[in-house]
Amino acid sequence: MEKPKPVTKAAKGVAVLVLLCLVLVPFLVIVSTSLASNKEVVANGGWVLWPSEPTLRAYENILSGGIVTKALGVSIGITVVGTLLSLACTACLAYALSRPGVYGGKPVLLVVLFTFLFPPGMIPAFLLVKGLGLMDTYAAVIAPVLINVFNLVVLRGFFQGIPEELYEAARLDGAGDWATFWRIALPLSKAALAVVGLFYAVSYWNAWFTASIYLESGHWPLSQVLRTYVIGGAQIADTGLSEAGMVSAPQTTQMAVLVIATVPILLVYPFLQKYFTKGVLTGAIKS
Amino acid sequence: MPTVAKERPDAGVAAPPGGPQTGPKTKNSPRYAGWKRFRSSRTLLLLMVPGVVYFLVFHYGAFVGNVVAFKEYDPFAGLWGSQWVGFGNFSRMFGDPDFWHATWNTLYIAVLQLTFYFPVPLAIALLLHSLTSDLLRRFVQSVVYLPHFLSWVIVVALFQQVLSDTGLLNSFLGDSGLHTVDIIGNPDAYRPLVVAEVIWKDAGWGTIIFLAALMQVDEQQYEAAAIDGAGPWRRFWHVTLPSIRPIVVLLLIMRLGDILSVGFEQMLLQRQSVGPEVGEVLDTFVFWQGIVGGDTGYAAAAGLFKGLVGALLVFVANRIAHKLGEQGVYK
Repeated sequence: MEKPKPVTKAAKGVAVLVLLCLVLVPFLVIVSTSLASNKEVVANGGWVLWPSEPTLRAYENILSGGIVTKALGVSIGITVVGTLLSLACTACLAYALSRPGVYGGKPVLLVVLFTFLFPPGMIPAFLLVKGLGLMDTYAAVIAPVLINVFNLVVLRGFFQGIPEELYEAARLDGAGDWATFWRIALPLSKAALAVVGLFYAVSYWNAWFTASIYLESGHWPLSQVLRTYVIGGAQIADTGLSEAGMVSAPQTTQMAVLVIATVPILLVYPFLQKYFTKGVLTGAIKS
Repeated sequence: MPTVAKERPDAGVAAPPGGPQTGPKTKNSPRYAGWKRFRSSRTLLLLMVPGVVYFLVFHYGAFVGNVVAFKEYDPFAGLWGSQWVGFGNFSRMFGDPDFWHATWNTLYIAVLQLTFYFPVPLAIALLLHSLTSDLLRRFVQSVVYLPHFLSWVIVVALFQQVLSDTGLLNSFLGDSGLHTVDIIGNPDAYRPLVVAEVIWKDAGWGTIIFLAALMQVDEQQYEAAAIDGAGPWRRFWHVTLPSIRPIVVLLLIMRLGDILSVGFEQMLLQRQSVGPEVGEVLDTFVFWQGIVGGDTGYAAAAGLFKGLVGALLVFVANRIAHKLGEQGVYK
């Protein structure tokens, strides 16, 4: 193919630069503002592109007890417990459905896939959680989303990809279904389990709507705190936040909360990124 | 499955004459084969239990709750004790201007998204695909995928910080002596704002599927076209576009089937900043009527209606795709 013209090259370069700035500049502003001093933020009209004297004041304040500290603990708890439960249930069902000739395998698979087409709807889901007595319990934000059909299909596909000879060899050595699952299928699927686990973790960490309708204010995760104090603009002085000896401007505090909610995603992101293209595509083809 | 089918015909032949013909314990009978298969699958069946219980309770069990759409829900009487009202909730809904208003807003935003969001991932994918440096391409990919993993709460908060009257954009405009713009909380700017948010969050992620399709295009086709004297535009039109057409059609169908949904969390988070006039969509209508307003049966009727129309739309869109000779979502 002929060489691209310099004009085309320059245009591409500009386009890429604009793209990168559009995504990255908001992050930079948030992080910078959260690290700036109170005075500087006020003087600059509410935000800072690069703090002249960075300080961790805002973080110290919100992490030394009070609403944000509690919410951080709740978010971590929901994410860890939810991810473990989801991963365990998804892996068990996916493995059972991946074995050829399992009794009832086909009807169960149909029952599961059908839910993809007809979700129950918001009101019935709400009534069920209420009817089961799960209001204001952490189970209300985990149980209704325990298994994601997409993740199930991805894992099942992965288990099916394990060579049948390996299962056969284990069976000849006297291993039952449980032993082949535990000693063969799971160890061979570490990468797939990691990806599915990360997907679950991200969705539990990000969950907002269920938390906002099912949990009372004392049990709020970070997402709902963010919604109330940053988006809703509730006065931080009215809350437990001020008890922590608040001295920084609300703006720096708000940005610090935003950063704390974002950082875990940024931390797991490189691992996610390594695998998701593959995972998403196999899943998309299967379904 | 095949083994069972094979055993079936000789089951009757093999049974000794005069002996018991059927019954669960008779060897070689089909029911015995099923029983044997059940016995040998018992560990796997146990592994299925938690997952199956989950789907039965939280999907099918919850689905049954849709009967409330045909009732006047009374929280004290409960779901089963409440009065039946037949299609009362539905006829009330069809006469409710608020419902039609929410429907209009939903379709309006969905069409805006279809027009302004839909081409963006394709454009970014073409740009990324044309980058010659692998390293640069991977770096840009990593950056543009990132916003997809942030929650809507974070994305909405970010947009507020950047676009509010004291935010980044307006202080920049103010400092440069330009007109400031009123975006956050301005009903006139709400629809473009929510479309911009969707683009920021998901356009990068949306490139994955187009990039995969672009990778599959045979390099030789481009070379052949170039030798025949086709310039970049004609190569794009005659080689690139036809090869990604099936995936474009597929995505359009999926979006069309889902046209009554426009990002529930995103809309709910910002509804109050502009009010129901422009901020109410079908999902927030259901939420506001049912969970905030306590008009449960009515809200469930609206939700059920939306679900049924959605399913119908998927079906119709799929038929159209088949008529056009494309694959569609299902066969």
